[in-house]
Amino acid sequence: MAHYELKTPVTEEQVRQLRVNDTVTLRDTLFGIRDATQIAMFDRGRTTRFDLRGHAVIHTAPNVKKVEPSAGHPAGYAPVCIGTTTSERMERFTRPLMQKNGVRIIIGKGGLRADSLAAFRELGGVYLAIVGGTAALETTWIERIEDVDLDDLNPESLWKFRIRDFGPLLVAMDSHGGSLYEVVRHDVDARRAQVLASLGVQSR
Amino acid sequence: MKVDPKAIEEAARELYIRALKILPPDIKDGLARLTATETDRTARGVLATMVTNISVAEDTNNLLCQDTGVPIYNVTIGRGVEFDGYALKQAIRRGCERATREHPLRSSVVHPLTRRNEHTSCGIEVPVIHVDFSEHAETLRIEMVPKGSGSENNSFLKMAIPAEGIDAIKTFVVDCVIAAGGKTCPPTIVGVGLGGTSDLCVALAKRAATRELGSRCSDPEGATIEEQLSQAVNRLGVGPQGLGGDSTAFAVHVELAATHITMNPIAVNMQCHSARRATATFTPDGVSFGF
Repeated sequence: MAHYELKTPVTEEQVRQLRVNDTVTLRDTLFGIRDATQIAMFDRGRTTRFDLRGHAVIHTAPNVKKVEPSAGHPAGYAPVCIGTTTSERMERFTRPLMQKNGVRIIIGKGGLRADSLAAFRELGGVYLAIVGGTAALETTWIERIEDVDLDDLNPESLWKFRIRDFGPLLVAMDSHGGSLYEVVRHDVDARRAQVLASLGVQSR
Repeated sequence: MKVDPKAIEEAARELYIRALKILPPDIKDGLARLTATETDRTARGVLATMVTNISVAEDTNNLLCQDTGVPIYNVTIGRGVEFDGYALKQAIRRGCERATREHPLRSSVVHPLTRRNEHTSCGIEVPVIHVDFSEHAETLRIEMVPKGSGSENNSFLKMAIPAEGIDAIKTFVVDCVIAAGGKTCPPTIVGVGLGGTSDLCVALAKRAATRELGSRCSDPEGATIEEQLSQAVNRLGVGPQGLGGDSTAFAVHVELAATHITMNPIAVNMQCHSARRATATFTPDGVSFGF
């Protein structure tokens, strides 16, 4: 279990050195992406002017305040509260996000499934778990909203955040087939019969 | 006692923001209790981050979670309270919309087909407003629950049959907790509705999921089964955020209603660890805020 400080964008080599249970703190740039953003990009053929190659995306739709554009708020938005949403709804977008846009790191909560794990292995990617529901803390890791694209989808726009020491985050799925969620699911399934027996359930 | 719609509007506005920022003491106690008994190292770290987040939200006057949820207002009207029902509902809607615009808050509410967001946290039939009556004289209570989607997306209904008995109830609850995994932001409050009609059963599950921790089902049989299920689900090992551990749920809460001789309905609705709620109580002395 090692700790890594990574500046984005990252290389395939940097991502492949990460193993489940390692921790990572990210620096520099982070992109925010959500259901509607990816439906627009992968089902409706919309494109982004952002270069996401080697970058990290977080499953989010932030609370923001519209302000006059300035050096501190170049996109005309001030962050209010930025947190993380459940990743699994966006399972089918992992592969195109990596294949078409070159994303290498996905940050989310609750984990992703088998196809994402396969994509991480084949293409060189990783899933970093953040603690869901701790947005007040996460917001303190965001310096400013640097830019925004596909903003007609607001709040599910494609956000570009400038970050400071974003983490520590837990490597929960790696590029070597490791997934903490798979391990837990397997253990939970193995305990199910015993738990039902303790409740006096006859037919299981 | 006469209630002024303007005061309701102000309270509805205040309640939404308060609920999003201040976690009720019973939930904070629940996190402390789970932290004290958790044996998994990763899980202890996750719980510690949740506790840190509560202080950061208070210190920075920020929202606990970015999910502003679907706004729900539960209105309980006591005896001798005079009000204009239609004006009361309109006032709650205006308060909800003002909280969203004035704070500002992310509007998480869209049309189900067009997916259009009005950026008001309001839409057709939303905010959800439930009205009920109580025996308490000269008291009007409004509870506000911003229901987050991570937990709400894990809602289940099974119209089991009498021959499947209580075993069906226990098996269904356990399987729902397994299916939800880390998606609900555990540790959760697992709300279970038993009996009634399908719609009542689901409403009971929501009531159970948003009940204060430490409270018990008023029906003795219901209280027994919720105690059994509370212990059982924490032996599954889902753990905080689905990363493994003992702390899968703060508790399982059961609410029940009588049902048909041929029916055995079971509903499950979950509340995440950021189990937010706030209340405003109107009496002849004025309005006071609590949880």
